[in-house]
Amino acid sequence: MQIAIASGKGGTGKTTLAVNLSVLLAEKFAGSRQKVLLIDMDVEEPNSGLFIKGKLQQQEVKYRLVPEWDEDKCTFCKRCANVCEFNAIAFLGVSVLVFPELCHSCYACSDLCPEDALPMVQHRMGETKIFSLNNHLQFIESRLDIGVEQATPLIEQTRKLIKEQYSGNEWFTILDSPPGTSCPMMEAVKDADLVILVTEPTPFGFHDLKLAMETMDELEKHYAVVINKYGIGNDDVLNYCNEKQIPIIGKIPNLRAAARLYSAGKAMVDAIPEIRVEIENIYQQILKLTEAET
Amino acid sequence: MKEIVVLSGKGGTGKTSITGSLAALGAENLVLADCDVDAADMHLLTEPRVQIQEDFYSGKTALVHTEGCVHCFKCQQVCHFDAINVIDGEFVVDPIECEGCGYCYQVCPTHTIDMKKRLAGKFFVSKTRFNNTLVHARLGIAADNSGKLVTKVREEAAKIAGQEKVDYVLVDASPGIGCPVVASLTGANLVVLVTEPTVSGLHDLSRVYELVSKLKIKTVCIINKADLNEDMAEQIKGFLQEHNIRLLAEIPYDIKFTEAITIGKTVVEYDEIGIGKLLKESWKTVKQILNDKN
Repeated sequence: MQIAIASGKGGTGKTTLAVNLSVLLAEKFAGSRQKVLLIDMDVEEPNSGLFIKGKLQQQEVKYRLVPEWDEDKCTFCKRCANVCEFNAIAFLGVSVLVFPELCHSCYACSDLCPEDALPMVQHRMGETKIFSLNNHLQFIESRLDIGVEQATPLIEQTRKLIKEQYSGNEWFTILDSPPGTSCPMMEAVKDADLVILVTEPTPFGFHDLKLAMETMDELEKHYAVVINKYGIGNDDVLNYCNEKQIPIIGKIPNLRAAARLYSAGKAMVDAIPEIRVEIENIYQQILKLTEAET
Repeated sequence: MKEIVVLSGKGGTGKTSITGSLAALGAENLVLADCDVDAADMHLLTEPRVQIQEDFYSGKTALVHTEGCVHCFKCQQVCHFDAINVIDGEFVVDPIECEGCGYCYQVCPTHTIDMKKRLAGKFFVSKTRFNNTLVHARLGIAADNSGKLVTKVREEAAKIAGQEKVDYVLVDASPGIGCPVVASLTGANLVVLVTEPTVSGLHDLSRVYELVSKLKIKTVCIINKADLNEDMAEQIKGFLQEHNIRLLAEIPYDIKFTEAITIGKTVVEYDEIGIGKLLKESWKTVKQILNDKN
Protein backbone atom coordinates (compact mmCIF):
# COMPACT_ATOMS: atom_id res chain seq x y z
CA MET A 1 0.00 0.00 0.00
CA GLN A 2 1.35 3.36 -0.96
CA ILE A 3 -0.13 6.65 0.29
CA ALA A 4 1.14 10.00 -1.00
CA ILE A 5 0.65 13.14 1.07
CA ALA A 6 0.54 16.22 -1.14
CA SER A 7 -0.94 19.71 -0.99
CA GLY A 8 -0.64 22.37 -3.67
CA LYS A 9 0.05 25.12 -1.14
CA GLY A 10 3.21 24.79 0.94
CA GLY A 11 3.19 24.77 4.73
CA THR A 12 -0.24 23.20 5.14
CA GLY A 13 1.00 20.25 7.20
CA LYS A 14 2.18 17.55 4.79
CA THR A 15 5.23 16.70 6.85
CA THR A 16 3.23 16.85 10.09
CA LEU A 17 0.73 14.30 8.79
CA ALA A 18 3.37 12.08 7.14
CA VAL A 19 5.56 11.92 10.25
CA ASN A 20 2.77 11.49 12.80
CA LEU A 21 0.99 8.86 10.75
CA SER A 22 4.28 6.98 10.38
CA VAL A 23 5.06 7.11 14.09
CA LEU A 24 1.56 6.02 15.06
CA LEU A 25 1.50 3.13 12.58
CA ALA A 26 4.94 1.89 13.60
CA GLU A 27 3.56 1.64 17.17
CA LYS A 28 0.45 -0.15 15.99
CA PHE A 29 2.41 -2.61 13.87
CA ALA A 30 4.56 -3.78 16.81
CA GLY A 31 4.43 -7.55 17.01
CA SER A 32 3.10 -7.95 13.46
CA ARG A 33 4.96 -8.39 10.17
CA GLN A 34 3.79 -5.02 8.90
CA LYS A 35 6.26 -2.16 8.56
CA VAL A 36 6.07 1.53 7.75
CA LEU A 37 8.26 3.09 5.10
CA LEU A 38 8.31 6.90 5.19
CA ILE A 39 9.91 8.65 2.22
CA ASP A 40 10.65 12.33 1.94
CA MET A 41 10.03 13.15 -1.73
CA ASP A 42 10.39 16.92 -1.20
CA VAL A 43 13.98 16.72 -2.39
CA GLU A 44 14.40 20.50 -2.58
CA GLU A 45 13.53 21.08 1.06
CA PRO A 46 13.35 17.69 2.84
CA ASN A 47 12.03 18.15 6.40
CA SER A 48 10.72 14.79 7.60
CA GLY A 49 14.18 13.84 8.83
CA LEU A 50 14.08 16.72 11.30
CA PHE A 51 11.25 14.96 13.15
CA ILE A 52 12.42 11.37 13.22
CA LYS A 53 15.95 10.29 13.89
CA GLY A 54 17.14 6.84 12.98
CA LYS A 55 20.30 4.87 12.38
CA LEU A 56 21.82 5.45 8.94
CA GLN A 57 21.79 2.15 7.06
CA GLN A 58 22.79 3.13 3.58
CA GLN A 59 23.89 6.25 1.76
CA GLU A 60 24.19 6.69 -1.97
CA VAL A 61 25.14 9.53 -4.27
CA LYS A 62 22.58 9.92 -7.06
CA TYR A 63 23.46 10.78 -10.62
CA ARG A 64 21.68 11.31 -13.87
CA LEU A 65 23.29 11.00 -17.27
CA VAL A 66 24.18 14.01 -19.39
CA PRO A 67 26.37 14.24 -22.50
CA GLU A 68 30.04 15.21 -22.27
CA TRP A 69 31.91 16.63 -25.21
CA ASP A 70 34.84 14.60 -26.54
CA GLU A 71 37.04 17.19 -28.20
CA ASP A 72 39.18 14.64 -30.05
CA LYS A 73 36.27 12.96 -31.82
CA CYS A 74 34.13 16.02 -32.63
CA THR A 75 34.04 17.19 -36.25
CA PHE A 76 31.83 20.23 -35.49
CA CYS A 77 28.95 19.00 -37.65
CA LYS A 78 26.49 20.61 -35.19
CA ARG A 79 24.09 17.69 -35.42
CA CYS A 80 23.88 17.62 -31.60
CA ALA A 81 22.91 21.27 -31.24
CA ASN A 82 20.39 20.92 -34.05
CA VAL A 83 18.59 17.97 -32.50
CA CYS A 84 18.56 19.35 -28.93
CA GLU A 85 15.15 20.87 -28.18
CA PHE A 86 16.34 22.35 -24.88
CA ASN A 87 19.24 24.53 -26.06
CA ALA A 88 21.49 22.52 -23.77
CA ILE A 89 24.32 22.40 -26.32
CA ALA A 90 26.06 25.47 -27.69
CA PHE A 91 28.92 25.93 -30.12
CA LEU A 92 31.39 28.55 -29.04
CA GLY A 93 34.21 28.99 -31.53
CA VAL A 94 36.05 25.67 -31.53
CA SER A 95 34.46 24.27 -28.42
CA VAL A 96 31.12 22.73 -27.53
CA LEU A 97 29.41 23.64 -24.28
CA VAL A 98 26.91 21.36 -22.56
CA PHE A 99 24.57 22.93 -19.97
CA PRO A 100 23.54 20.11 -17.62
CA GLU A 101 20.75 22.17 -15.98
CA LEU A 102 19.01 22.54 -19.35
CA CYS A 103 19.58 18.93 -20.41
CA HIS A 104 16.67 16.48 -20.05
CA SER A 105 18.83 13.35 -20.52
CA CYS A 106 16.95 12.31 -23.66
CA TYR A 107 20.12 10.85 -25.30
CA ALA A 108 19.23 12.25 -28.75
CA CYS A 109 22.48 14.23 -29.18
CA SER A 110 24.59 11.42 -27.82
CA ASP A 111 23.03 8.62 -29.88
CA LEU A 112 22.71 10.66 -33.08
CA CYS A 113 26.27 12.04 -33.04
CA PRO A 114 27.96 10.35 -36.04
CA GLU A 115 31.35 10.42 -34.32
CA ASP A 116 30.31 9.25 -30.83
CA ALA A 117 31.70 12.51 -29.54
CA LEU A 118 29.04 13.03 -26.86
CA PRO A 119 29.12 10.04 -24.52
CA MET A 120 26.60 10.16 -21.64
CA VAL A 121 28.38 10.59 -18.31
CA GLN A 122 27.25 10.73 -14.69
CA HIS A 123 26.20 14.11 -13.34
CA ARG A 124 25.65 14.39 -9.59
CA MET A 125 22.21 15.59 -8.43
CA GLY A 126 22.05 14.66 -4.77
CA GLU A 127 21.99 11.90 -2.21
CA THR A 128 19.62 9.24 -0.96
CA LYS A 129 19.88 8.00 2.61
CA ILE A 130 18.09 5.08 4.19
CA PHE A 131 17.53 5.11 7.96
CA SER A 132 16.15 2.49 10.28
CA LEU A 133 14.27 3.73 13.37
CA ASN A 134 13.01 0.46 14.78
CA ASN A 135 11.77 -2.92 13.56
CA HIS A 136 8.66 -1.32 12.15
CA LEU A 137 9.81 2.00 10.73
CA GLN A 138 12.24 2.82 7.94
CA PHE A 139 12.86 6.26 6.54
CA ILE A 140 14.29 7.28 3.16
CA GLU A 141 15.40 10.80 2.40
CA SER A 142 16.49 12.09 -1.00
CA ARG A 143 18.17 15.47 -0.94
CA LEU A 144 18.91 17.60 -4.00
CA ASP A 145 22.31 19.34 -4.13
CA ILE A 146 22.04 23.12 -3.90
CA GLY A 147 22.45 24.62 -7.35
CA VAL A 148 20.92 21.61 -9.11
CA GLU A 149 17.74 22.93 -10.70
CA GLN A 150 15.86 19.83 -11.79
CA ALA A 151 14.22 18.04 -8.88
CA THR A 152 12.16 15.58 -10.91
CA PRO A 153 14.94 13.13 -11.96
CA LEU A 154 15.94 12.59 -8.32
CA ILE A 155 12.29 12.07 -7.33
CA GLU A 156 11.94 9.59 -10.19
CA GLN A 157 14.97 7.59 -9.07
CA THR A 158 13.64 7.52 -5.51
CA ARG A 159 10.24 6.34 -6.74
CA LYS A 160 11.89 3.54 -8.71
CA LEU A 161 14.00 2.52 -5.72
CA ILE A 162 10.81 2.06 -3.68
CA LYS A 163 9.17 0.11 -6.47
CA GLU A 164 12.14 -2.24 -6.78
CA GLN A 165 13.01 -2.78 -3.13
CA TYR A 166 9.90 -2.11 -1.06
CA SER A 167 6.98 -3.49 -3.01
CA GLY A 168 6.37 -6.42 -0.64
CA ASN A 169 2.96 -6.39 1.03
CA GLU A 170 4.47 -6.00 4.51
CA TRP A 171 5.21 -2.36 3.66
CA PHE A 172 2.82 0.48 4.34
CA THR A 173 4.48 3.27 2.41
CA ILE A 174 3.92 6.96 3.15
CA LEU A 175 5.29 9.60 0.77
CA ASP A 176 5.85 13.19 1.91
CA SER A 177 5.47 14.94 -1.47
CA PRO A 178 6.79 18.32 -2.62
CA PRO A 179 4.41 21.32 -2.63
CA GLY A 180 2.91 22.73 -5.82
CA THR A 181 1.07 21.06 -8.67
CA SER A 182 3.78 20.77 -11.33
CA CYS A 183 6.23 18.07 -12.36
CA PRO A 184 7.97 17.34 -9.01
CA MET A 185 4.64 16.75 -7.26
CA MET A 186 3.23 14.72 -10.17
CA GLU A 187 6.33 12.52 -10.27
CA ALA A 188 6.18 11.93 -6.51
CA VAL A 189 2.58 10.67 -6.45
CA LYS A 190 2.79 8.53 -9.59
CA ASP A 191 2.74 5.09 -7.92
CA ALA A 192 0.44 5.99 -5.01
CA ASP A 193 -2.74 3.99 -4.40
CA LEU A 194 -4.28 7.02 -2.68
CA VAL A 195 -3.24 10.67 -2.51
CA ILE A 196 -4.11 12.66 0.59
CA LEU A 197 -4.33 16.38 -0.12
CA VAL A 198 -3.61 18.35 3.04
CA THR A 199 -5.05 21.83 3.12
CA GLU A 200 -5.82 24.64 5.52
CA PRO A 201 -9.25 26.30 5.60
CA THR A 202 -8.11 29.67 4.25
CA PRO A 203 -8.64 31.23 0.79
CA PHE A 204 -5.02 30.35 -0.12
CA GLY A 205 -5.42 26.77 1.05
CA PHE A 206 -8.75 26.43 -0.75
CA HIS A 207 -7.50 27.90 -4.04
CA ASP A 208 -4.40 25.70 -4.18
CA LEU A 209 -6.41 22.64 -3.11
CA LYS A 210 -8.63 23.07 -6.16
CA LEU A 211 -5.52 23.20 -8.39
CA ALA A 212 -4.16 20.06 -6.74
CA MET A 213 -7.51 18.32 -7.29
CA GLU A 214 -7.48 19.22 -10.98
CA THR A 215 -3.99 17.75 -11.24
CA MET A 216 -5.16 14.55 -9.53
CA ASP A 217 -8.10 14.32 -11.94
CA GLU A 218 -5.72 14.72 -14.87
CA LEU A 219 -3.50 11.95 -13.49
CA GLU A 220 -6.61 9.86 -12.74
CA LYS A 221 -5.58 9.49 -9.12
CA HIS A 222 -7.81 8.48 -6.28
CA TYR A 223 -7.66 11.20 -3.59
CA ALA A 224 -9.07 12.40 -0.29
CA VAL A 225 -8.68 15.58 1.77
CA VAL A 226 -7.37 16.31 5.25
CA ILE A 227 -8.03 19.78 6.68
CA ASN A 228 -5.23 20.90 8.96
CA LYS A 229 -5.36 23.93 11.31
CA TYR A 230 -9.09 23.26 11.43
CA GLY A 231 -10.87 26.15 13.15
CA ILE A 232 -9.11 29.04 11.41
CA GLY A 233 -10.37 30.73 8.24
CA ASN A 234 -13.80 29.73 6.93
CA ASP A 235 -15.91 26.78 5.75
CA ASP A 236 -15.26 27.06 2.00
CA VAL A 237 -13.08 23.92 1.83
CA LEU A 238 -15.59 21.92 3.84
CA ASN A 239 -18.57 23.03 1.76
CA TYR A 240 -16.76 22.53 -1.53
CA CYS A 241 -15.66 18.98 -0.69
CA ASN A 242 -19.14 18.07 0.52
CA GLU A 243 -20.69 19.45 -2.61
CA LYS A 244 -18.25 17.59 -4.88
CA GLN A 245 -18.48 14.46 -2.72
CA ILE A 246 -14.75 14.39 -2.11
CA PRO A 247 -14.06 12.51 1.11
CA ILE A 248 -12.67 14.59 3.99
CA ILE A 249 -10.87 11.97 6.04
CA GLY A 250 -9.59 14.16 8.85
CA LYS A 251 -9.75 17.52 10.53
CA ILE A 252 -6.65 18.28 12.57
CA PRO A 253 -7.44 21.06 15.06
CA ASN A 254 -5.46 24.30 15.05
CA LEU A 255 -3.58 24.19 18.36
CA ARG A 256 -0.75 26.42 19.46
CA ALA A 257 0.65 23.45 21.41
CA ALA A 258 0.86 21.51 18.12
CA ALA A 259 2.61 24.41 16.39
CA ARG A 260 5.10 24.55 19.27
CA LEU A 261 5.88 20.84 19.06
CA TYR A 262 6.29 21.19 15.30
CA SER A 263 8.62 24.16 15.77
CA ALA A 264 10.87 22.05 17.99
CA GLY A 265 10.92 19.11 15.58
CA LYS A 266 8.78 16.79 17.70
CA ALA A 267 6.03 14.35 16.77
CA MET A 268 2.58 15.10 18.20
CA VAL A 269 0.85 11.74 18.45
CA ASP A 270 2.45 10.89 21.79
CA ALA A 271 1.97 14.37 23.27
CA ILE A 272 -1.46 15.60 22.20
CA PRO A 273 -4.26 13.02 22.64
CA GLU A 274 -6.78 14.80 20.41
CA ILE A 275 -4.30 14.78 17.52
CA ARG A 276 -3.54 11.10 18.11
CA VAL A 277 -7.25 10.32 17.87
CA GLU A 278 -7.52 12.30 14.64
CA ILE A 279 -4.49 10.58 13.04
CA GLU A 280 -5.83 7.17 14.09
CA ASN A 281 -9.13 8.12 12.47
CA ILE A 282 -7.33 9.15 9.27
CA TYR A 283 -5.65 5.72 9.17
CA GLN A 284 -9.01 3.95 9.50
CA GLN A 285 -10.42 6.09 6.69
CA ILE A 286 -7.41 5.28 4.48
CA LEU A 287 -8.04 1.57 5.02
CA LYS A 288 -11.70 1.99 4.13
CA LEU A 289 -10.97 3.96 0.97
CA THR A 290 -8.24 1.65 -0.28
CA GLU A 291 -10.29 -1.47 0.48
CA ALA A 292 -13.13 -0.03 -1.54
CA GLU A 293 -10.66 0.37 -4.40
CA THR A 294 -9.41 -3.22 -4.51
CA MET B 1 14.34 50.19 -11.37
CA LYS B 2 15.20 47.65 -8.65
CA GLU B 3 13.98 44.09 -8.31
CA ILE B 4 13.01 42.71 -4.89
CA VAL B 5 12.41 38.96 -4.57
CA VAL B 6 10.55 37.52 -1.57
CA LEU B 7 11.71 33.96 -0.86
CA SER B 8 11.29 31.40 1.87
CA GLY B 9 12.55 27.93 1.00
CA LYS B 10 9.77 26.46 3.13
CA GLY B 11 6.16 26.96 2.10
CA GLY B 12 3.56 28.50 4.39
CA THR B 13 5.83 30.93 6.24
CA GLY B 14 3.72 33.94 5.20
CA LYS B 15 5.51 34.90 2.00
CA THR B 16 2.42 35.87 0.01
CA SER B 17 0.81 37.75 2.94
CA ILE B 18 4.00 39.75 3.42
CA THR B 19 4.57 40.36 -0.30
CA GLY B 20 0.94 41.50 -0.63
CA SER B 21 1.48 43.90 2.26
CA LEU B 22 4.61 45.36 0.68
CA ALA B 23 2.65 45.73 -2.57
CA ALA B 24 -0.05 47.68 -0.72
CA LEU B 25 2.63 49.93 0.80
CA GLY B 26 4.51 50.47 -2.46
CA ALA B 27 1.24 51.13 -4.31
CA GLU B 28 1.67 52.68 -7.77
CA ASN B 29 5.44 52.87 -7.41
CA LEU B 30 5.92 49.17 -8.13
CA VAL B 31 5.00 46.32 -10.42
CA LEU B 32 4.07 43.10 -8.67
CA ALA B 33 5.03 39.71 -10.12
CA ASP B 34 3.52 36.46 -8.80
CA CYS B 35 6.22 33.96 -9.74
CA ASP B 36 4.73 31.08 -7.73
CA VAL B 37 3.06 29.96 -10.95
CA ASP B 38 1.95 26.50 -9.88
CA ALA B 39 0.16 27.72 -6.74
CA ALA B 40 -0.38 31.41 -7.45
CA ASP B 41 -2.36 33.16 -4.71
CA MET B 42 -1.51 36.86 -5.00
CA HIS B 43 -4.68 37.57 -6.99
CA LEU B 44 -6.72 36.55 -3.93
CA LEU B 45 -5.43 39.61 -2.06
CA THR B 46 -5.26 42.19 -4.80
CA GLU B 47 -8.57 41.99 -6.74
CA PRO B 48 -6.87 42.20 -10.12
CA ARG B 49 -8.79 43.48 -13.14
CA VAL B 50 -7.29 41.56 -16.03
CA GLN B 51 -6.15 43.78 -18.90
CA ILE B 52 -4.08 41.41 -21.00
CA GLN B 53 -4.40 37.67 -21.17
CA GLU B 54 -2.17 35.46 -23.30
CA ASP B 55 -1.61 31.78 -23.87
CA PHE B 56 1.90 30.72 -22.99
CA TYR B 57 3.51 28.09 -25.16
CA SER B 58 6.68 26.38 -24.10
CA GLY B 59 8.37 23.25 -25.31
CA LYS B 60 6.81 20.66 -27.56
CA THR B 61 4.90 17.39 -27.53
CA ALA B 62 5.31 14.59 -30.04
CA LEU B 63 2.33 13.52 -32.09
CA VAL B 64 2.41 10.24 -34.04
CA HIS B 65 0.16 10.19 -37.10
CA THR B 66 -1.48 6.88 -37.92
CA GLU B 67 -1.30 7.46 -41.65
CA GLY B 68 2.16 6.58 -42.97
CA CYS B 69 3.25 4.80 -39.79
CA VAL B 70 5.02 1.52 -40.65
CA HIS B 71 4.98 0.26 -37.05
CA CYS B 72 8.75 -0.07 -36.88
CA PHE B 73 8.79 0.65 -33.10
CA LYS B 74 11.82 2.94 -33.50
CA CYS B 75 10.06 5.85 -31.75
CA GLN B 76 9.18 3.69 -28.78
CA GLN B 77 12.68 2.20 -28.61
CA VAL B 78 14.49 5.55 -28.45
CA CYS B 79 12.11 7.26 -26.00
CA HIS B 80 13.73 7.49 -22.58
CA PHE B 81 10.52 8.72 -20.93
CA ASP B 82 8.26 5.75 -21.70
CA ALA B 83 5.94 8.23 -23.39
CA ILE B 84 4.98 6.17 -26.42
CA ASN B 85 2.37 3.48 -25.90
CA VAL B 86 0.84 1.08 -28.36
CA ILE B 87 -2.93 1.22 -28.07
CA ASP B 88 -5.03 -0.95 -30.42
CA GLY B 89 -2.01 -1.39 -32.66
CA GLU B 90 -1.36 2.33 -32.99
CA PHE B 91 1.40 4.44 -31.45
CA VAL B 92 0.05 7.00 -29.02
CA VAL B 93 2.06 9.63 -27.15
CA ASP B 94 1.24 10.24 -23.49
CA PRO B 95 1.44 14.04 -23.27
CA ILE B 96 2.12 13.96 -19.53
CA GLU B 97 5.19 11.72 -19.94
CA CYS B 98 6.48 13.28 -23.17
CA GLU B 99 9.30 15.76 -22.50
CA GLY B 100 9.25 17.07 -26.04
CA CYS B 101 12.87 16.08 -26.76
CA GLY B 102 12.09 15.18 -30.38
CA TYR B 103 14.28 12.07 -30.42
CA CYS B 104 11.37 10.03 -31.88
CA TYR B 105 10.82 12.72 -34.49
CA GLN B 106 14.48 12.51 -35.51
CA VAL B 107 14.50 8.74 -35.99
CA CYS B 108 11.08 8.14 -37.55
CA PRO B 109 11.87 6.69 -41.03
CA THR B 110 8.56 7.75 -42.57
CA HIS B 111 8.34 11.23 -41.00
CA THR B 112 4.97 10.52 -39.46
CA ILE B 113 5.79 12.25 -36.17
CA ASP B 114 5.15 15.94 -35.66
CA MET B 115 6.42 18.09 -32.85
CA LYS B 116 3.57 20.33 -31.70
CA LYS B 117 4.00 23.45 -29.60
CA ARG B 118 2.77 22.82 -26.08
CA LEU B 119 0.35 25.10 -24.27
CA ALA B 120 2.03 25.44 -20.87
CA GLY B 121 -0.28 27.92 -19.22
CA LYS B 122 -1.81 31.36 -19.29
CA PHE B 123 -0.30 34.61 -18.37
CA PHE B 124 -2.03 37.83 -17.26
CA VAL B 125 -1.32 41.52 -16.82
CA SER B 126 -3.78 43.14 -14.42
CA LYS B 127 -4.41 46.31 -12.44
CA THR B 128 -4.81 45.72 -8.71
CA ARG B 129 -6.84 47.60 -6.13
CA PHE B 130 -3.52 49.14 -4.99
CA ASN B 131 -3.28 50.88 -8.33
CA ASN B 132 -0.26 48.90 -9.40
CA THR B 133 0.22 46.35 -12.13
CA LEU B 134 0.24 42.65 -11.26
CA VAL B 135 1.82 40.18 -13.67
CA HIS B 136 0.62 36.68 -12.87
CA ALA B 137 0.17 33.33 -14.52
CA ARG B 138 -1.51 30.02 -14.29
CA LEU B 139 0.47 26.95 -15.14
CA GLY B 140 -1.54 24.48 -17.18
CA ILE B 141 -2.80 21.45 -15.29
CA ALA B 142 -0.10 18.80 -15.37
CA ALA B 143 2.09 21.06 -17.53
CA ASP B 144 5.86 21.15 -17.45
CA ASN B 145 8.21 24.11 -17.72
CA SER B 146 7.19 26.18 -14.73
CA GLY B 147 10.70 27.72 -14.81
CA LYS B 148 10.05 29.18 -18.24
CA LEU B 149 6.68 30.60 -17.22
CA VAL B 150 8.35 32.16 -14.16
CA THR B 151 10.92 33.78 -16.45
CA LYS B 152 8.13 35.09 -18.68
CA VAL B 153 6.28 36.64 -15.69
CA ARG B 154 9.46 38.20 -14.29
CA GLU B 155 10.62 39.59 -17.64
CA GLU B 156 7.19 41.00 -18.44
CA ALA B 157 7.03 42.67 -15.00
CA ALA B 158 10.44 44.26 -15.55
CA LYS B 159 9.41 45.47 -19.00
CA ILE B 160 6.21 47.06 -17.68
CA ALA B 161 8.11 48.63 -14.79
CA GLY B 162 10.34 50.29 -17.37
CA GLN B 163 7.39 51.54 -19.40
CA GLU B 164 5.53 52.80 -16.33
CA LYS B 165 8.76 54.28 -14.94
CA VAL B 166 8.16 52.81 -11.49
CA ASP B 167 11.02 52.28 -9.03
CA TYR B 168 10.47 48.66 -8.00
CA VAL B 169 9.52 45.20 -9.20
CA LEU B 170 8.30 43.04 -6.31
CA VAL B 171 8.47 39.28 -6.91
CA ASP B 172 6.67 36.59 -4.88
CA ALA B 173 8.67 33.41 -5.52
CA SER B 174 7.76 29.75 -5.08
CA PRO B 175 8.99 27.52 -2.26
CA GLY B 176 11.97 25.23 -2.78
CA ILE B 177 15.40 25.71 -4.33
CA GLY B 178 14.85 24.31 -7.84
CA CYS B 179 14.36 25.80 -11.28
CA PRO B 180 11.34 28.07 -10.56
CA VAL B 181 13.25 29.65 -7.67
CA VAL B 182 16.43 30.08 -9.71
CA ALA B 183 14.33 31.63 -12.50
CA SER B 184 12.75 34.07 -9.99
CA LEU B 185 16.16 35.16 -8.72
CA THR B 186 17.67 36.15 -12.06
CA GLY B 187 18.17 39.91 -12.05
CA ALA B 188 17.30 40.43 -8.36
CA ASN B 189 18.79 43.40 -6.51
CA LEU B 190 17.55 42.39 -3.08
CA VAL B 191 16.21 39.17 -1.56
CA VAL B 192 13.77 39.31 1.36
CA LEU B 193 13.78 35.96 3.13
CA VAL B 194 10.64 35.13 5.11
CA THR B 195 11.15 32.45 7.72
CA GLU B 196 9.58 31.06 10.90
CA PRO B 197 11.24 29.86 14.12
CA THR B 198 10.78 26.14 13.53
CA VAL B 199 13.35 23.45 12.81
CA SER B 200 12.00 23.23 9.25
CA GLY B 201 12.03 27.01 8.88
CA LEU B 202 15.72 27.22 9.75
CA HIS B 203 16.65 24.13 7.72
CA ASP B 204 14.94 25.44 4.59
CA LEU B 205 16.19 28.99 5.15
CA SER B 206 19.78 27.81 5.25
CA ARG B 207 19.38 25.84 2.01
CA VAL B 208 17.73 28.65 0.10
CA TYR B 209 20.27 31.14 1.47
CA GLU B 210 23.11 28.95 0.21
CA LEU B 211 21.58 29.26 -3.26
CA VAL B 212 21.12 33.05 -2.92
CA SER B 213 24.69 33.52 -1.66
CA LYS B 214 26.04 31.64 -4.69
CA LEU B 215 24.33 34.28 -6.80
CA LYS B 216 25.78 37.04 -4.58
CA ILE B 217 22.52 38.95 -4.05
CA LYS B 218 22.11 41.28 -1.07
CA THR B 219 19.76 39.67 1.46
CA VAL B 220 17.54 40.74 4.37
CA CYS B 221 15.16 38.66 6.48
CA ILE B 222 11.77 38.82 8.20
CA ILE B 223 10.99 36.31 10.95
CA ASN B 224 7.29 35.56 10.99
CA LYS B 225 5.53 33.84 13.94
CA ALA B 226 8.61 35.04 15.87
CA ASP B 227 7.30 34.25 19.37
CA LEU B 228 6.27 30.68 18.56
CA ASN B 229 9.57 29.24 19.78
CA GLU B 230 12.10 31.58 21.42
CA ASP B 231 14.93 29.11 21.27
CA MET B 232 14.49 28.55 17.53
CA ALA B 233 14.11 32.32 17.00
CA GLU B 234 17.50 32.80 18.69
CA GLN B 235 19.03 30.12 16.46
CA ILE B 236 17.69 31.89 13.39
CA LYS B 237 19.03 35.23 14.58
CA GLY B 238 22.38 33.53 15.13
CA PHE B 239 22.29 32.26 11.56
CA LEU B 240 21.44 35.74 10.25
CA GLN B 241 24.28 37.34 12.23
CA GLU B 242 26.76 34.74 11.09
CA HIS B 243 25.92 35.47 7.46
CA ASN B 244 25.57 39.20 7.89
CA ILE B 245 21.90 39.20 6.92
CA ARG B 246 19.98 42.18 8.27
CA LEU B 247 16.88 41.32 10.32
CA LEU B 248 14.06 43.59 9.14
CA ALA B 249 11.29 42.58 11.51
CA GLU B 250 10.09 39.99 13.99
CA ILE B 251 6.37 39.52 13.46
CA PRO B 252 4.43 37.82 16.26
CA TYR B 253 2.44 34.60 15.80
CA ASP B 254 -0.97 36.16 15.36
CA ILE B 255 -4.34 34.93 14.13
CA LYS B 256 -4.74 38.36 12.47
CA PHE B 257 -2.61 36.99 9.61
CA THR B 258 -5.24 34.42 8.68
CA GLU B 259 -8.14 36.71 9.57
CA ALA B 260 -6.82 39.23 7.06
CA ILE B 261 -6.47 36.78 4.16
CA THR B 262 -9.83 35.21 4.97
CA ILE B 263 -11.49 38.51 4.10
CA GLY B 264 -9.14 39.12 1.16
CA LYS B 265 -7.10 41.87 2.83
CA THR B 266 -3.40 42.22 3.36
CA VAL B 267 -2.30 42.15 6.99
CA VAL B 268 -0.92 45.70 6.71
CA GLU B 269 -4.46 46.91 5.97
CA TYR B 270 -6.13 44.68 8.55
CA ASP B 271 -3.83 45.39 11.48
CA GLU B 272 -2.46 48.85 10.78
CA ILE B 273 -1.09 49.63 14.21
CA GLY B 274 0.38 46.23 15.10
CA ILE B 275 1.84 44.05 12.34
CA GLY B 276 1.12 46.85 9.86
CA LYS B 277 3.56 49.13 11.63
CA LEU B 278 6.31 46.48 11.58
CA LEU B 279 5.83 45.93 7.85
CA LYS B 280 5.79 49.69 7.14
CA GLU B 281 9.18 49.94 8.85
CA SER B 282 10.41 46.95 6.82
CA TRP B 283 9.31 48.50 3.53
CA LYS B 284 11.04 51.77 4.47
CA THR B 285 14.27 49.89 5.22
CA VAL B 286 14.05 47.93 1.97
CA LYS B 287 13.81 51.18 0.02
CA GLN B 288 16.72 52.70 1.96
CA ILE B 289 18.92 49.68 1.28
CA LEU B 290 18.11 49.73 -2.43
CA ASN B 291 18.73 53.45 -2.74
CA ASP B 292 22.09 53.34 -0.94
CA LYS B 293 24.76 54.22 -3.42
CA ASN B 294 26.83 51.08 -2.81
